[in-house]
Amino acid sequence: MANKKVTVSKTTRRLVIQENIAAYAFMLPFLVFFVGFVLYPMLMCVYTSFFDATMGNREDIFVGFGNYRELFQDPVFWKALWNTMIIVLVSVPVTCIFSLWVASAISKMHVAATSAFRCIFYLPVVTGSVAVTMVWKWMFNNYYGIFNYIGTSTGLMEKNINWLGDPKYALGCIILILLTTSVGQPIVLYVSALDNVDKSLVEAAEVDGATPVQAFWKIKWPQMMPTTLYILVITTINSFQCFALIQLLTSGGPNNSTMTIMYYIYHNAFKLYRYGYGNAMGVVLAIIIAILSAAQFKLGQEK
Amino acid sequence: MKKQNRLNNPAQKDRAYYIFSFVVIAILAFLFAFPLYWIITGAFKNKQDIMNTEPVWVPTEWVITNFKNLMSKRSAELFELTIPALRLRLGKYIVTLGQTIIIKGPVVPAAIRWLVNTVFMSVAAMLITCITSAMAGYALAKKRFYGRTLLFSLIVCAMALPKQVILIPMLREMNALGLYDKIWAVIFPIVGWPFGVFLLKQFAEGIPTEMVEACRIDGASEWRTFTDVMFPMIKPGVGACAIFTFINSWNDYFMQLIMLTSTKNLTISLGIATMQGENSTDFGLLMAGAALASVPIIIVFLIFQKYFTKGITMGAVKG
Amino acid sequence: MKKLIAMLLALVMVLGLCACSVETAPAATEAPKADAPAVDAPAADAPAAEAPAADAPVEISLWTFPVGKWGDEATVNELLAQFNAAYPNITVKVEYLAYGGDGDAKIDSAIEGGNAPDLVFEGPERLVTGWGARGVMVDLSDLWTDEVKADMIPAVEAACHDNAGAYYEFPVCMTAHCMAINKTVFEEAGAMQYIDEENHTWTTEGFINAVNAVYAHTGSTVGAVFCNGTGGDQGNRALISNLYSGSFTTADHSKWTTDSEEIAKALQLLVDLEGIEYDASINGGAEADLFAQGVLKMATCWNLSNYNQRAEVIGDSFEVLPMNFPTDDGKVELCGGIWGFGVFNNGDEAKIEAAKTFIKFMTEDNAINAVKASGFSSPRISATDVYADAENAELIKTYESFLINLGDYYNVMTGWTEARTLWAETLQAIATGTDAAQAAADFTASANALLG
Repeated sequence: MANKKVTVSKTTRRLVIQENIAAYAFMLPFLVFFVGFVLYPMLMCVYTSFFDATMGNREDIFVGFGNYRELFQDPVFWKALWNTMIIVLVSVPVTCIFSLWVASAISKMHVAATSAFRCIFYLPVVTGSVAVTMVWKWMFNNYYGIFNYIGTSTGLMEKNINWLGDPKYALGCIILILLTTSVGQPIVLYVSALDNVDKSLVEAAEVDGATPVQAFWKIKWPQMMPTTLYILVITTINSFQCFALIQLLTSGGPNNSTMTIMYYIYHNAFKLYRYGYGNAMGVVLAIIIAILSAAQFKLGQEK
Repeated sequence: MKKQNRLNNPAQKDRAYYIFSFVVIAILAFLFAFPLYWIITGAFKNKQDIMNTEPVWVPTEWVITNFKNLMSKRSAELFELTIPALRLRLGKYIVTLGQTIIIKGPVVPAAIRWLVNTVFMSVAAMLITCITSAMAGYALAKKRFYGRTLLFSLIVCAMALPKQVILIPMLREMNALGLYDKIWAVIFPIVGWPFGVFLLKQFAEGIPTEMVEACRIDGASEWRTFTDVMFPMIKPGVGACAIFTFINSWNDYFMQLIMLTSTKNLTISLGIATMQGENSTDFGLLMAGAALASVPIIIVFLIFQKYFTKGITMGAVKG
Repeated sequence: MKKLIAMLLALVMVLGLCACSVETAPAATEAPKADAPAVDAPAADAPAAEAPAADAPVEISLWTFPVGKWGDEATVNELLAQFNAAYPNITVKVEYLAYGGDGDAKIDSAIEGGNAPDLVFEGPERLVTGWGARGVMVDLSDLWTDEVKADMIPAVEAACHDNAGAYYEFPVCMTAHCMAINKTVFEEAGAMQYIDEENHTWTTEGFINAVNAVYAHTGSTVGAVFCNGTGGDQGNRALISNLYSGSFTTADHSKWTTDSEEIAKALQLLVDLEGIEYDASINGGAEADLFAQGVLKMATCWNLSNYNQRAEVIGDSFEVLPMNFPTDDGKVELCGGIWGFGVFNNGDEAKIEAAKTFIKFMTEDNAINAVKASGFSSPRISATDVYADAENAELIKTYESFLINLGDYYNVMTGWTEARTLWAETLQAIATGTDAAQAAADFTASANALLG
């Protein structure tokens, strides 16, 4: 008896080991890249954040938490953090709601119309941010941009608004452009998700006298939850990574009103050559993002 | 089907709402399509049209000057393959076996080489990512192993990590590896980005475990199980992952900017950036380049559209 | 489908393998060009390779910013052909950079990675204050013989070395940034009476009157104090320092003096003038575009190259009159642009020597062509008629006449890059209502803090 037990556990152990080896063998190709080009640089980033590091052949100077201390006293950092949060907090829900609305509206249309609109809304995603941004810059032009032209000729605005040069509007403009480049995918996803909703349930509800609105929230919405979670994740990623827009349009100005952490890191590293300081900021941003993603997943799993 | 649904709701309010939403969406669609229209027409406008303060909706004359400029300003070989000689260092002697063979394509306008580079970069990143992600996604979804939870948490956290954060260490690393100014310096970080793994893990989780186990019991090897059972089942997900990676790497301007320098190694968007003069932006050139860069990817999207939408939704719905 | 994927995969793998192996043997790629005859030898003596003969072939890399046609492949290839006719053993590989983030990021990442080029073509703010101060450049003092120094415009010479006397730039060409007005509109508005058209000068008083007259005539913004980033800020700095004869720094570049009454007064004047707008949405390039489009009636960031690039857009819609900046004391001080070569210290003596040979060739034997390629002027006192036979010689002469008003080149202040960014932010602050004197004082304090 005792002997047999040992063999069993031995077999199990062998199986466990085998499973582990197999799993890691499957993971290996990915892990090489993941560890090499994401984890290792991240660790180096944490390491360098404790140094006063700069370009060229000067030795890095150890400063302990000096960079972090400076960071928390830097008003521009706080401003940048604030702006980043605004971008994320505005663009994520707006993207989700807007794309859900567009998707539900176009999915009721003729198949050809659905398909056409879906493509059109996806265009800015595939056109490339640099070019699209240049066109938007032209549209926002202070002197002859389309928005000013329409605004003043219809009498909505008294005089030209310097959209990108006025701290009151600049961040809003950035968010607007960001929205156009990020709703494409969510719309595509929601259209398919609405298609995949179990139709018999909806019909049953309608027979029971539910209004379309009720049917939507009670029946369709819960079924689309996984899609929504997925959209939340990619939109959050997109919003945090918004960089080209800011570099091409405002460089963080005017008065740091469009400064984001991403741009501030770039600014410190590649304009001021303060690698250590930039890395410290990167670490703080990474921690914030990690917490946010974890929260999103907790939320998603509970649902 | 859809039409019937509408007929089932003959209420006037519904009808009004339908028309309202159609109009609003049509206006919005115009706004979304406008940049592309402007880029493509802009590519064919002459300088006066491009710089005109009154919007020129349709070019007064269609010119190809911008494309000519794009093609004539720089040149590079169409491609370059190097098969290096085997060099052995024996003490102070270096023994060279064979010869270094460099196969160079004909000299063409650099813009063409940049397109070749961009396509190569995106396709390579796409293929490698799909393979590594499918394998890793399968392992994460169906295997129980030590460190699984930790790895998955790491992946989720790293997914949203902006590249700027790890830029400087990455730069030092690429240089140490001798990859600086090589297209691989852009490809590898894309492959390392764990989004594909996340996506395909969600997918693989939707596949019944019994199927995998049955296959194993039948005596198939781990690899056979993966290639013959798992892979075909998660194909739509792989398709989605492929398109996602392709578009992402095509547009990954920032990494390219930092990692690539030689004219022959640039990508199309980067190459156009280097053609700008001091204190002046040649908008026509920019538009021509943008048109050239976006048309292929739009075609890819149109062709794979169905695959794409189906793939991602299945993953998301099942996840 | 399967076959297709498999084939694609195989293709990528093969290509990948090839490309990968290049990276592991970087020497192999350079070999065929550099020492073609030696490459076939089955065994090379390693020590021998380390002591190159005097005329051993050398390959150097040159990265150039788009200074005129120095960013144009055809022009540069021509210059290289001229060089190689004299020095066939030195191969020069050229890469083209762009202003506005792209070029800077590339050079910085190259330096960081130890892949800096041997030669770079740019101005003192990068060569001397940027990379020179960071210790990655070669001191070119040996090129600066007494003879050279005697022939160089003094302001140029002063800009090419740091405070310790190490020369990090050897200049090829230069210009004086001026301003320009839309003469056609100024005439219509009756504003030409405030301008000395022949000498291209005006007084501060005349400037105020002219701007008011044009504004009254057109009702739209006449000129902009652009402050979206640092691009072209030499224009607004020159305008602000000249209006009331203020200066940005002390003569010995030891301190910023932007908190002076003169600077504050000038900043305030530009706030008060209705025809002038502080605009945080455009930079110097965009301002010049707006001027060329006829939207703005004056450009504060102007030079011959800016004109040439926009001549086609301007066409004959209006007449451009280049101008000195307005002053209250008649003594104009223009900001200059000085472009030349710097050499990165990559630790290879042979390459450094070759780079210096290249510099000598481009600034002596072939100086005229090198200057012509830039479209700007020569920094040598003796070189007076580079463009004597050019078809637009008259126009060039007009722009060259501004050179005598070249002021102090304070771009070599320590922490220049940071200070420049701060300056743009200062103007942005004024644009959004901060008191001009206060903003200037804040800038001075922060900029002086950068001096260490």
